[in-house]
Amino acid sequence: MQDILFYVFAALTLVCGFLVVANPISRSPVTSALFLVLTIVSLSGLFVLLHAFFLAAVQIVVYAGAALVLFLFVIMMLDLKAEERRRITRLGLIGGGLVAVAMAWLFRVVPREAALVASGPAHVEGSTPALGALLFTQYLLPFEAISLVLVAGMVGAILLSRKEPS
Amino acid sequence: MGELARYLVLAALLFGIGLAGVLTRRNAIVVLIGIELMLNAANLNFIAFWRHGPHPEALTGVMFVLFAIAIAAAEAAVGLALVIAVYRHYRTTNLDQIEEMKG
Repeated sequence: MQDILFYVFAALTLVCGFLVVANPISRSPVTSALFLVLTIVSLSGLFVLLHAFFLAAVQIVVYAGAALVLFLFVIMMLDLKAEERRRITRLGLIGGGLVAVAMAWLFRVVPREAALVASGPAHVEGSTPALGALLFTQYLLPFEAISLVLVAGMVGAILLSRKEPS
Repeated sequence: MGELARYLVLAALLFGIGLAGVLTRRNAIVVLIGIELMLNAANLNFIAFWRHGPHPEALTGVMFVLFAIAIAAAEAAVGLALVIAVYRHYRTTNLDQIEEMKG
Protein backbone atom coordinates (compact mmCIF):
# COMPACT_ATOMS: atom_id res chain seq x y z
CA MET A 1 0.00 0.00 0.00
CA GLN A 2 2.78 2.42 0.97
CA ASP A 3 4.66 1.52 -2.21
CA ILE A 4 1.63 2.22 -4.39
CA LEU A 5 1.03 5.54 -2.62
CA PHE A 6 4.68 6.49 -3.05
CA TYR A 7 4.57 5.88 -6.78
CA VAL A 8 1.26 7.72 -7.16
CA PHE A 9 2.52 10.80 -5.30
CA ALA A 10 5.93 10.67 -6.98
CA ALA A 11 4.34 10.55 -10.44
CA LEU A 12 1.99 13.42 -9.52
CA THR A 13 4.92 15.48 -8.22
CA LEU A 14 6.99 14.97 -11.34
CA VAL A 15 4.15 15.52 -13.82
CA CYS A 16 2.90 18.67 -12.07
CA GLY A 17 6.47 19.94 -11.63
CA PHE A 18 7.05 19.43 -15.34
CA LEU A 19 3.84 21.30 -16.15
CA VAL A 20 5.04 24.19 -13.94
CA VAL A 21 8.10 24.86 -16.03
CA ALA A 22 7.18 23.52 -19.48
CA ASN A 23 3.44 23.56 -20.01
CA PRO A 24 2.78 22.64 -23.66
CA ILE A 25 -0.63 24.36 -23.72
CA SER A 26 -0.29 27.59 -21.76
CA ARG A 27 2.68 29.86 -21.11
CA SER A 28 0.84 32.00 -18.60
CA PRO A 29 2.44 32.39 -15.15
CA VAL A 30 -0.98 31.77 -13.56
CA THR A 31 -1.01 28.14 -14.75
CA SER A 32 2.56 27.77 -13.51
CA ALA A 33 1.55 29.01 -10.05
CA LEU A 34 -1.48 26.70 -9.90
CA PHE A 35 0.53 23.66 -10.96
CA LEU A 36 3.07 24.64 -8.27
CA VAL A 37 0.27 24.15 -5.73
CA LEU A 38 -0.50 20.68 -7.09
CA THR A 39 3.21 19.83 -6.82
CA ILE A 40 3.27 21.09 -3.23
CA VAL A 41 0.18 19.09 -2.28
CA SER A 42 1.58 15.84 -3.69
CA LEU A 43 4.90 16.56 -1.95
CA SER A 44 3.08 16.91 1.34
CA GLY A 45 1.53 13.51 0.61
CA LEU A 46 5.10 12.18 0.41
CA PHE A 47 5.86 13.90 3.73
CA VAL A 48 2.95 12.01 5.29
CA LEU A 49 4.37 8.75 3.90
CA LEU A 50 7.66 9.67 5.63
CA HIS A 51 5.76 10.25 8.91
CA ALA A 52 6.46 14.00 9.02
CA PHE A 53 2.83 14.92 9.64
CA PHE A 54 3.35 18.41 11.04
CA LEU A 55 5.55 19.36 8.10
CA ALA A 56 2.92 18.11 5.65
CA ALA A 57 0.41 20.48 7.25
CA VAL A 58 2.89 23.36 7.33
CA GLN A 59 3.76 22.73 3.71
CA ILE A 60 0.13 23.09 2.64
CA VAL A 61 -0.58 26.08 4.89
CA VAL A 62 2.54 28.05 3.97
CA TYR A 63 2.92 27.19 0.29
CA ALA A 64 -0.60 26.48 -0.91
CA GLY A 65 -1.97 29.17 1.41
CA ALA A 66 0.44 32.06 1.76
CA ALA A 67 3.00 31.78 -1.03
CA LEU A 68 0.46 30.97 -3.76
CA VAL A 69 -1.72 33.96 -2.82
CA LEU A 70 1.41 36.14 -2.91
CA PHE A 71 2.34 34.86 -6.37
CA LEU A 72 -1.18 35.23 -7.75
CA PHE A 73 -1.58 38.77 -6.37
CA VAL A 74 1.69 39.88 -7.93
CA ILE A 75 0.75 38.26 -11.25
CA MET A 76 -2.59 40.09 -11.12
CA MET A 77 -0.96 43.43 -10.27
CA LEU A 78 1.41 43.28 -13.19
CA ASP A 79 0.00 43.38 -16.68
CA LEU A 80 1.92 40.48 -18.13
CA LYS A 81 1.94 39.36 -21.70
CA ALA A 82 2.24 35.66 -22.38
CA GLU A 83 5.85 34.68 -22.73
CA GLU A 84 6.85 33.74 -26.23
CA ARG A 85 8.09 30.23 -26.79
CA ARG A 86 11.83 29.79 -27.04
CA ARG A 87 13.29 28.09 -30.04
CA ILE A 88 15.22 24.96 -29.20
CA THR A 89 18.67 25.24 -30.72
CA ARG A 90 20.85 22.30 -31.68
CA LEU A 91 23.38 23.25 -28.98
CA GLY A 92 20.65 23.21 -26.31
CA LEU A 93 19.41 19.84 -27.54
CA ILE A 94 22.90 18.30 -27.38
CA GLY A 95 23.64 19.84 -23.96
CA GLY A 96 20.32 18.73 -22.52
CA GLY A 97 20.80 15.22 -23.87
CA LEU A 98 24.27 15.03 -22.31
CA VAL A 99 22.94 16.20 -18.95
CA ALA A 100 20.10 13.65 -19.10
CA VAL A 101 22.53 10.81 -19.88
CA ALA A 102 24.84 11.91 -17.04
CA MET A 103 21.94 12.01 -14.60
CA ALA A 104 20.70 8.56 -15.65
CA TRP A 105 24.21 7.22 -15.12
CA LEU A 106 24.36 8.84 -11.65
CA PHE A 107 21.03 7.26 -10.73
CA ARG A 108 22.39 3.85 -11.68
CA VAL A 109 25.75 4.18 -9.95
CA VAL A 110 25.18 6.19 -6.78
CA PRO A 111 22.60 4.03 -4.95
CA ARG A 112 24.66 0.93 -5.60
CA GLU A 113 28.07 2.28 -4.61
CA ALA A 114 27.13 4.38 -1.64
CA ALA A 115 25.06 1.67 0.11
CA LEU A 116 22.72 4.37 1.32
CA VAL A 117 20.27 2.20 3.20
CA ALA A 118 22.19 1.24 6.31
CA SER A 119 19.15 0.51 8.45
CA GLY A 120 15.46 0.11 7.88
CA PRO A 121 13.14 3.02 8.58
CA ALA A 122 12.91 3.78 12.27
CA HIS A 123 9.60 3.74 14.09
CA VAL A 124 9.70 7.35 15.22
CA GLU A 125 7.16 9.91 14.19
CA GLY A 126 7.73 13.60 13.78
CA SER A 127 5.18 14.26 16.48
CA THR A 128 4.10 17.85 17.00
CA PRO A 129 4.56 18.02 20.83
CA ALA A 130 8.14 16.75 20.58
CA LEU A 131 8.79 19.24 17.79
CA GLY A 132 7.40 22.13 19.85
CA ALA A 133 9.42 21.13 22.92
CA LEU A 134 12.62 21.03 20.88
CA LEU A 135 11.79 24.34 19.22
CA PHE A 136 11.57 26.13 22.57
CA THR A 137 14.57 24.48 24.22
CA GLN A 138 17.37 23.32 21.97
CA TYR A 139 16.46 25.43 18.95
CA LEU A 140 15.36 28.58 20.77
CA LEU A 141 18.05 30.85 19.32
CA PRO A 142 17.46 29.84 15.67
CA PHE A 143 13.73 30.17 16.33
CA GLU A 144 14.13 33.78 17.48
CA ALA A 145 16.55 34.47 14.61
CA ILE A 146 14.05 33.18 12.05
CA SER A 147 11.40 35.56 13.41
CA LEU A 148 13.87 38.42 12.87
CA VAL A 149 14.45 37.18 9.32
CA LEU A 150 10.69 37.15 8.69
CA VAL A 151 10.31 40.72 10.04
CA ALA A 152 13.24 41.85 7.89
CA GLY A 153 11.68 40.16 4.87
CA MET A 154 8.34 41.84 5.54
CA VAL A 155 9.88 45.31 5.96
CA GLY A 156 12.04 44.75 2.89
CA ALA A 157 9.06 43.69 0.80
CA ILE A 158 7.06 46.77 1.83
CA LEU A 159 10.02 49.08 1.26
CA LEU A 160 10.87 47.64 -2.15
CA SER A 161 7.36 47.53 -3.54
CA ARG A 162 6.02 50.92 -2.42
CA LYS A 163 5.73 53.76 -4.90
CA GLU A 164 8.57 56.26 -5.12
CA PRO A 165 7.51 59.54 -3.49
CA SER A 166 8.16 62.00 -6.30
CA MET B 1 16.12 0.46 -5.44
CA GLY B 2 15.96 0.94 -1.67
CA GLU B 3 13.32 3.00 -0.01
CA LEU B 4 15.72 5.87 0.72
CA ALA B 5 17.28 5.77 -2.75
CA ARG B 6 13.96 6.21 -4.54
CA TYR B 7 13.16 9.31 -2.52
CA LEU B 8 16.60 10.69 -3.38
CA VAL B 9 16.07 9.98 -7.09
CA LEU B 10 12.67 11.71 -6.96
CA ALA B 11 14.20 14.73 -5.22
CA ALA B 12 17.02 14.90 -7.77
CA LEU B 13 14.51 14.79 -10.66
CA LEU B 14 12.39 17.51 -9.06
CA PHE B 15 15.50 19.64 -8.52
CA GLY B 16 16.43 19.14 -12.17
CA ILE B 17 12.96 20.24 -13.27
CA GLY B 18 13.20 23.38 -11.12
CA LEU B 19 16.67 24.17 -12.42
CA ALA B 20 15.50 23.72 -16.01
CA GLY B 21 12.66 26.15 -15.30
CA VAL B 22 15.04 28.75 -13.85
CA LEU B 23 17.38 28.42 -16.83
CA THR B 24 14.85 28.31 -19.67
CA ARG B 25 11.92 30.53 -18.65
CA ARG B 26 12.26 34.27 -19.14
CA ASN B 27 9.45 35.49 -16.90
CA ALA B 28 10.86 36.60 -13.53
CA ILE B 29 7.86 35.22 -11.63
CA VAL B 30 8.16 31.77 -13.23
CA VAL B 31 11.87 31.82 -12.38
CA LEU B 32 10.93 32.43 -8.73
CA ILE B 33 8.49 29.50 -8.93
CA GLY B 34 11.31 27.32 -10.28
CA ILE B 35 13.43 28.32 -7.26
CA GLU B 36 10.58 27.22 -4.99
CA LEU B 37 10.57 23.81 -6.73
CA MET B 38 14.31 23.42 -6.08
CA LEU B 39 13.87 24.37 -2.42
CA ASN B 40 11.14 21.77 -2.07
CA ALA B 41 13.34 19.09 -3.62
CA ALA B 42 16.01 19.86 -1.02
CA ASN B 43 13.37 19.66 1.74
CA LEU B 44 12.30 16.22 0.51
CA ASN B 45 15.93 15.07 0.74
CA PHE B 46 16.16 16.34 4.33
CA ILE B 47 13.01 14.49 5.37
CA ALA B 48 14.07 11.25 3.65
CA PHE B 49 17.49 11.33 5.30
CA TRP B 50 15.89 12.14 8.67
CA ARG B 51 13.53 9.20 8.36
CA HIS B 52 16.21 6.71 7.38
CA GLY B 53 19.08 8.17 9.40
CA PRO B 54 20.59 6.72 12.59
CA HIS B 55 18.95 9.21 15.00
CA PRO B 56 15.42 10.04 13.87
CA GLU B 57 14.34 10.82 17.44
CA ALA B 58 16.53 13.97 17.39
CA LEU B 59 14.18 15.47 14.73
CA THR B 60 17.09 17.35 13.13
CA GLY B 61 15.87 16.96 9.56
CA VAL B 62 12.36 18.10 10.44
CA MET B 63 13.77 21.16 12.21
CA PHE B 64 15.93 21.96 9.21
CA VAL B 65 12.96 21.78 6.84
CA LEU B 66 10.85 23.93 9.17
CA PHE B 67 13.45 26.69 9.05
CA ALA B 68 13.95 26.23 5.31
CA ILE B 69 10.21 26.75 4.74
CA ALA B 70 10.31 29.98 6.79
CA ILE B 71 13.31 31.23 4.80
CA ALA B 72 11.56 30.29 1.55
CA ALA B 73 8.50 32.33 2.53
CA ALA B 74 10.65 35.39 3.27
CA GLU B 75 12.54 34.82 0.02
CA ALA B 76 9.34 34.67 -2.01
CA ALA B 77 8.05 37.91 -0.44
CA VAL B 78 11.27 39.84 -1.07
CA GLY B 79 11.71 38.35 -4.55
CA LEU B 80 8.19 39.32 -5.59
CA ALA B 81 8.68 42.83 -4.18
CA LEU B 82 11.81 43.10 -6.31
CA VAL B 83 9.83 41.93 -9.35
CA ILE B 84 7.26 44.68 -8.65
CA ALA B 85 10.01 47.31 -8.28
CA VAL B 86 11.64 46.17 -11.53
CA TYR B 87 8.28 46.18 -13.31
CA ARG B 88 7.64 49.79 -12.19
CA HIS B 89 10.92 50.82 -13.77
CA TYR B 90 11.04 48.76 -16.96
CA ARG B 91 7.35 47.91 -17.58
CA THR B 92 8.30 44.29 -18.17
CA THR B 93 9.32 41.18 -16.20
CA ASN B 94 11.09 39.57 -19.12
CA LEU B 95 14.60 38.88 -17.89
CA ASP B 96 16.07 39.20 -21.40
CA GLN B 97 14.95 42.83 -21.64
CA ILE B 98 16.26 43.88 -18.22
CA GLU B 99 19.90 44.23 -19.11
CA GLU B 100 20.99 47.67 -17.95
CA MET B 101 23.28 46.27 -15.26
CA LYS B 102 24.84 43.73 -17.60
CA GLY B 103 28.64 44.07 -17.50
